[in-house]
Amino acid sequence: MKNAEKKRVLREMLFARRFEERCYEAYVERNIGGFLHLYPGEEACAFGVLEAAQPGHDYVITSYRDHVHAIKSGSDPRRVMAELFAKETGVSKGRGGSMHIFDVANRFMGGYALVGGPFPLAAGIAKGIQMQGGDEICICFLGDAANNQGTFHESLNMAALWNLPVLYVCENNLYGIGTRIDRSTAVIDQYKRVSGYNIPSAQEDGQDFDLVYKAASKAVKHVRSGKGPYFLELMTYRYRGHSMSDSNAYRAKKEERMWSGRDPLIILRDRLIEAGELTKEEFKDMDTEILDEIEDEVIRFATDSPEPPVSEVEQFVLAENDPWVRGGVK
Amino acid sequence: MAEIMYWEAIRRAHDEEMANDPMVIAMGEDIGVVGGTYKATTGLYDKYGEDRVIDTPISENGYTGLGIGASFLGVRPIIEIMSVNFAWLAMDQIFNTAAKVRYMSGGQLEAPVVIRSPGGTAHQLGSQHSARMEKVFMGIAGLRVVTPSNPRQAYGLLKSAVRCNDPVFINEHELMYNMKGAVPDAEYFHPLEGSEVARQGRDVTLFGYNISVHWCLQAAEQLSKDHGIEAEVIDLYTLSPLDREGIRNSVSKTHRAVIVEEAEPAVGVGAEVMAIINEECFFELDAAPLRVSALNIPIPYNHALEKAALPNAGDVVEAVRKMFGV
Ligand SMILES: Cc1ncc(C[n+]2csc(CCOP(=O)(O)OP(=O)(O)O)c2C)c(N)n1
Ligand SMILES: [Mg+2]
Repeated sequence: MKNAEKKRVLREMLFARRFEERCYEAYVERNIGGFLHLYPGEEACAFGVLEAAQPGHDYVITSYRDHVHAIKSGSDPRRVMAELFAKETGVSKGRGGSMHIFDVANRFMGGYALVGGPFPLAAGIAKGIQMQGGDEICICFLGDAANNQGTFHESLNMAALWNLPVLYVCENNLYGIGTRIDRSTAVIDQYKRVSGYNIPSAQEDGQDFDLVYKAASKAVKHVRSGKGPYFLELMTYRYRGHSMSDSNAYRAKKEERMWSGRDPLIILRDRLIEAGELTKEEFKDMDTEILDEIEDEVIRFATDSPEPPVSEVEQFVLAENDPWVRGGVK
Repeated sequence: MAEIMYWEAIRRAHDEEMANDPMVIAMGEDIGVVGGTYKATTGLYDKYGEDRVIDTPISENGYTGLGIGASFLGVRPIIEIMSVNFAWLAMDQIFNTAAKVRYMSGGQLEAPVVIRSPGGTAHQLGSQHSARMEKVFMGIAGLRVVTPSNPRQAYGLLKSAVRCNDPVFINEHELMYNMKGAVPDAEYFHPLEGSEVARQGRDVTLFGYNISVHWCLQAAEQLSKDHGIEAEVIDLYTLSPLDREGIRNSVSKTHRAVIVEEAEPAVGVGAEVMAIINEECFFELDAAPLRVSALNIPIPYNHALEKAALPNAGDVVEAVRKMFGV
């Protein structure tokens, strides 16, 4: 990837960081309700993988920590924020919320709240791709703790058995809420757990965009070429609590400091500065521009948008006027 | 109109729908090479191949979720869960994904899957193979639930369910796969909503579904013979959404109602139909409605105990006699 391209990615990653931080504020201001899970610290994972894939063409599915994956898949950030603000203009028309961002036009197949739920859905999307005969792949991003669900094993088995074009990306941030991985999981290295299903896998530093991009390029190529599923484990860290209701009191300060020193934005920024592609001032300007954009466009749009009409509360439960409900009679 | 068995009717619906649309697939445990525990997919593996007639691993939540995910892309899976008792393991994907995805995506995604499973008690299969779960499925918004009482319905309901864009759960019955009945020779799509009058009557309405329709019909004959009571039998082949209009119409005519369910009474079909009667036509009633249900116990293995746990036609007759004081 050329440095100029990386500069674009850095800007997108910075946008994602500021977007999430603004969500935090909006939550405190009570413009966002419910559960809110933020992504700061983990940006290189989504960006490295999706830069190596074809967002909008490939299908993406993930958990509740889903805003950034949707935006990188092509969702309009204004409509993602509007969803968080529970507005009719939100990607899911205000019916989904933070944990249920959907943007099917961009092949972002949703954020799901049940830990491990998307594993089989991703395999199924891959089955659909296989039946249609296209060259798309399905990319499923989930956390480390999700791998202790039965769906992990059930889905890996079926994906391998039926040679499905699915890339499982494990964002290993070392915690499932407040439980550290070594207290919940017998095998710490997640990429080793898939060998029982004959699925090729790799582990990579999830803080370094370049490394993620390289590892993901290999993974995507494998899956797209028809060789079946692949599992990519990315070692990362979230800089905030699990969700807004999390005290975040369970992590050692030393550990947090160590990971703050490995901020994916800073790593990429410094590399570009060193290469002469970027100056500190340019980066600052970029940041100011992004902050303005978020305030003037994203937040304004979400604030000014209408809420869904209460009269439509029963819409979207079942298909409307489906003729087969009446036995095919129109 | 040929007389065919319930399982043959289901097999025919599979075959026609798979021939009609290459995106229709069948999946489940032992449905391919073996042809299905109750033969409902016999011969389809040879005809359509292993990519469309899929023998799954024993991973109920996994393969149900896989079918749901595939349906997002326009695949139309017919998923067989070998016994409804095993459907508990797939509840996460059925309820949390299939039933909710249209709503929580603001109408962007739908999950047009069909999930079929034998849902009643057979003989001496013990507690863990005798669950009746229709009450569980029918309580969930976003899911359609139908339950065929004869081969014609089994055929036509599956045909419509495959084409409908909603997730549909089809509650079949282990004891009914060998039941014979007339099925139209021409292609036939049964409505997914409504109810049928299985027997006309004027004195009392017996509400049944799936196997209990047959208990109601037997009871109605006996009541006619022994007491001159002419019972109307309503076949509630749709459990969700229940046919409020059909329930109201019949009770407004007979002014009495007995609901017959194979499951335990709590939070069940009987309770729900009674609530609808209350809401729709309370002042039409000449007597308090009754329900005939299973005992509220796990199903025993011992033959006599098992029989005691489940309702039958005699219990329906007793209930009606009590209601009429005869
Ligand atoms: C089936 C289920 N069980 C429990 C929860 C509560 N819960 C939400 S997130 C979470 C931790 C998941 O951790 P991980 O998979 O590592 O993802 P991360 O949040 O770290 O990105 C738990 C226990 C849930 N949402 N779903
Ligand atoms: Mg985690």
